[in-house]
Amino acid sequence: MSDVTVQGGQEVVGVSRIEGPIMVVEGGTNVSYDEVVEIKDGRGNLRRGRVLEVGEGFAVVQVFAGSTGLSIDGTSVRFLGTTLHIPVAEEMLGRIFDGLGTPIDGGPEPLTDRYADVNGQPINPTARIYPRDYIQTGISTIDGVNTLLRGQKLPLFSGAGMPHDQLAAQIVRQATLGKEAGAPQTEGEEFAIVFAAMGVKNDVADYFRRSFTESGALTRVAMFLNLADDPPVERVVTPRAALTLAEYLAYERDMHVLVVLTDMTNYGEALRQISNVRGEVPSRKGYPGYLYSDLASLYERTGRIRTSKGSITQIPILTMPNDDITHPMPDLTGYITEGQIVLGRELNFAGVYPPVAVLPSLSRLMKDGIGKGRTRDDHPRWGAQLYAGYAKTQDVRALASVIGEEELSEVDQKYLKFGRAFEREFVNQSFTENRTIERTLEIGWKLLSMLPKSELTRVNLDEIEKYYKGDDATN
Amino acid sequence: MSDEVGKITWISGPVVRARGSRKVGMLELVEVGTERLVGEVIGLKGDQMTVQVYEETAGMQTGAPIYGTGLPLSVELGPGLIQSIYDGVQRPLPLIEEAMGSFINRGARFDSISREKKWKYTPQVKVGDEVKGGAILGVAMETDTFEHRVMLNPDDSGTITWVAPAGEYTVTEPIAKLKMGKEEKTLTMLQRWPVRRARPFVNRRGANIPLITGQRILDTFFPVAKGGAAGIPGPFGSGKTVTQHSIAKWADAEVIVYIGCGERGNEMTEVLQEFPHLIDPRSGRPLMERTVLIANTSNMPVAAREASIYTGITIAEYYRDMGYHVALMADSTSRWAEALREVSGRLEEMPAEEGYPAYLAGRLAEFYERAGYVNNLNGSQGSVSIVGAVSPPGGDFSEPVTQHTKRFIRCFWALDKSLASARHFPAINWLDSYSEYLEDVASWWREKTGKDWLGMRNRAMELLSEESRLSQIVKLVGPDALPFTERMVLETTRLIREGILQQNATEAVDAYSSIEKQIRMLELVLYFHDRGMAIVKRGAPISLIHDLPVVDRIIRAKSTVTNEELHKFEEIQKEIDEQMGQLDAEYRS
Repeated sequence: MSDVTVQGGQEVVGVSRIEGPIMVVEGGTNVSYDEVVEIKDGRGNLRRGRVLEVGEGFAVVQVFAGSTGLSIDGTSVRFLGTTLHIPVAEEMLGRIFDGLGTPIDGGPEPLTDRYADVNGQPINPTARIYPRDYIQTGISTIDGVNTLLRGQKLPLFSGAGMPHDQLAAQIVRQATLGKEAGAPQTEGEEFAIVFAAMGVKNDVADYFRRSFTESGALTRVAMFLNLADDPPVERVVTPRAALTLAEYLAYERDMHVLVVLTDMTNYGEALRQISNVRGEVPSRKGYPGYLYSDLASLYERTGRIRTSKGSITQIPILTMPNDDITHPMPDLTGYITEGQIVLGRELNFAGVYPPVAVLPSLSRLMKDGIGKGRTRDDHPRWGAQLYAGYAKTQDVRALASVIGEEELSEVDQKYLKFGRAFEREFVNQSFTENRTIERTLEIGWKLLSMLPKSELTRVNLDEIEKYYKGDDATN
Repeated sequence: MSDEVGKITWISGPVVRARGSRKVGMLELVEVGTERLVGEVIGLKGDQMTVQVYEETAGMQTGAPIYGTGLPLSVELGPGLIQSIYDGVQRPLPLIEEAMGSFINRGARFDSISREKKWKYTPQVKVGDEVKGGAILGVAMETDTFEHRVMLNPDDSGTITWVAPAGEYTVTEPIAKLKMGKEEKTLTMLQRWPVRRARPFVNRRGANIPLITGQRILDTFFPVAKGGAAGIPGPFGSGKTVTQHSIAKWADAEVIVYIGCGERGNEMTEVLQEFPHLIDPRSGRPLMERTVLIANTSNMPVAAREASIYTGITIAEYYRDMGYHVALMADSTSRWAEALREVSGRLEEMPAEEGYPAYLAGRLAEFYERAGYVNNLNGSQGSVSIVGAVSPPGGDFSEPVTQHTKRFIRCFWALDKSLASARHFPAINWLDSYSEYLEDVASWWREKTGKDWLGMRNRAMELLSEESRLSQIVKLVGPDALPFTERMVLETTRLIREGILQQNATEAVDAYSSIEKQIRMLELVLYFHDRGMAIVKRGAPISLIHDLPVVDRIIRAKSTVTNEELHKFEEIQKEIDEQMGQLDAEYRS
């Protein structure tokens, strides 16, 4: 445990009630809301907690490590008089911490006198810079049709058994600041990476560690690990600790920071558990009514501000229980984040990697980061056209499953071919394939050329003239 | 200005309890704790008061003092509102940034309206005038072109005893003196009004002028009247915010109040950075010069989110009282309802549906009823139109906020995920949406365009609902099984969908369609339909019609014909005549 924050404070011996990770402490005076406490059990071991509610002469305390082993009389609680702070320093890159920001890699405490409140503070909307610079991830389904910008929050909605971890690792490995198509590729600025694991299996954390090592990124990664067998209550703090470091790096050290949070579903469950023990009125599926505000307090810690050159880009990963996108976790996330990348079960079965389901995926900020001077002039309409073509393919497939492929009109047959090629050539790419934006655009035009010109109503005639390579001579 | 009235006894998130209830009134504004955070009394019981705090309460202690102010939660009204950006309790965000940096700290206290800035003021009353509440005392130029009509507080009336000469004044300098009974009151341009009390007016007028937004699916198909209320529900990613932004940009209102209530920070930044550069087509001035922004993003304190809706509507009513048409966007009312739910939960109130308090419907009704086209106290007419976004969980419209909202609005723009997935924008589903203002605004359309808008609109709607029936059959047996006459309907509805309903907010020509352009487009498509139908009835195969070059011309007209070149529609109509004429001749024999 970090002993840096221990600075006296009043101590109360004995608690009046313990229930799950929550206990009620009586007898403290002038306890403040959200204050950190240090709890000593009968054997003298320390753990930390925080105040969830204060009344006259009592405080409700949430114990991060859980209440196992605590007793009514044998527990003493010290109120530390401050909210939860973690040390922040550039040297924290390359290190591994637990869910509360304490080093667990055997190294020393970060040497710094900067401590920051894990709750952060809301960014003033007038102080923000609207994101405009796209990040080239080398993945066609992202760069082409769901472009990620610096300062955006774009979650991966996945399900159990799908390769969201690989995709996130690939994004982290390949991400560079995007260039205009045709511009010479220069050595891109590298991202600092803050990785927070909440309730994921050790294998997953290990996978990311290995992947960071292999790509040589490990020295610019800070990992905050709360694994599946760690106390669930700590999970509520883990992303906040990670984002606190990210904010320091981005806004005080001018770094471009990519934050990966996995798995937000576990985070939501921890929140639900605490809410439940406290006897709060639940809203949907037992989640607390403030789930939206709580998630927003994480996701909104993204973006760029005018006083700094740095940026925070967030890629939260969440596995949708039962692949249900209307479940409160993906649903509320989708309302806060600027789009979502959805992985599709069917594509995954078909062996397509990354199995990005293009139709339900969306990048809201895409429109402001692409086009003339950013990627290429035709990109917005090209994207809309590809998307529309693939959407139409779905209708044709539904029809074909009823009346058979042979009965389809000639144009519809072309759509079927287009759809198959789209999945095989555009969506599908290898884990190590890093496509430039030109390459992505080129593949897209090649696919569009499989359709008759008259179907291409989203692109303009000049673009058809310039890029269309089909043999359609009808009009 | 404020005395200590009690001591805090309990804290949980934004809700605080304190002793000392005898010294405060219900809904009184109080200052909480040593940092004097802004709060509002929301419950009194015995000697306990319950306060919702508009700022983060972390670090606050029991035993800390609470100060009363004797005033209800109010907004400051006067010149300087326009072009401002406030948080939910009307604190100016730019000043907070100046004083505190990029992050919002607690305890910020700033005047909502600048006390230093001078306004060019011209009085319109003279000594001896008898004035009643709401009377216009004079005019201050709020921008180069916008007249801010300074009004007497609606609660006051009396005789003017002194008038300041025309000149430049700050909002706190006297501009007139008023004798009310025995006392004399000095009037300034600044007034305060409690946010939870609707500003009074004489009576409501019929809402029969449409709020023109330049969005074809709204104006042509589901119009909202000035003074009306519309709801936009939709799942995430269906384009609520883009639609709201489009309306904020193009609506023919004189003042826009845009409330970002529990939404994304980047979205507010987008508005802030974009609006000063966009030019209002009517005034020729930047759009920002008619806009008031209220930004309480999702990570800002939840109680202030609850207040933001009232702050916004009060400012809207104030401009209405001057005789302006005001459009208010609230994005999103669901977040506001959730703020109600969160506070209610902390109060341990008995929940009704899905944890929402039982008074949810009542609060929604109160809010939407503050819309209206009214005769003001000073004899002018003005309107407040409300467009409220709703964010139903999981896109399920049966949830309480959507359902209750539907009871209090007359115009429902249902966003549809599957349309958004097909990149059909605005993704407003024409079969689920409705407007109850159709009949009310029909005569306005006739007057303005000389055309039977309602008749044409209803014909197009009939075709679209026919299409939905036919597409069921197509799904089962394929399009070839349909007779040509029915396939002609599908050809036309494709033109309606792609050529009229779809509109690209980011494309210069397409972003805004004048009503003349809208009606010409509709007319053209229906003309195409009638001609085509006549030909297929004579036995011409549908593929000939489908392949006509003019079809592409019609679909692209939205982005190739500007609002100024409507004569081009005649050219297209000529093309229809030529191409169809040929077919017609072939199959006539």
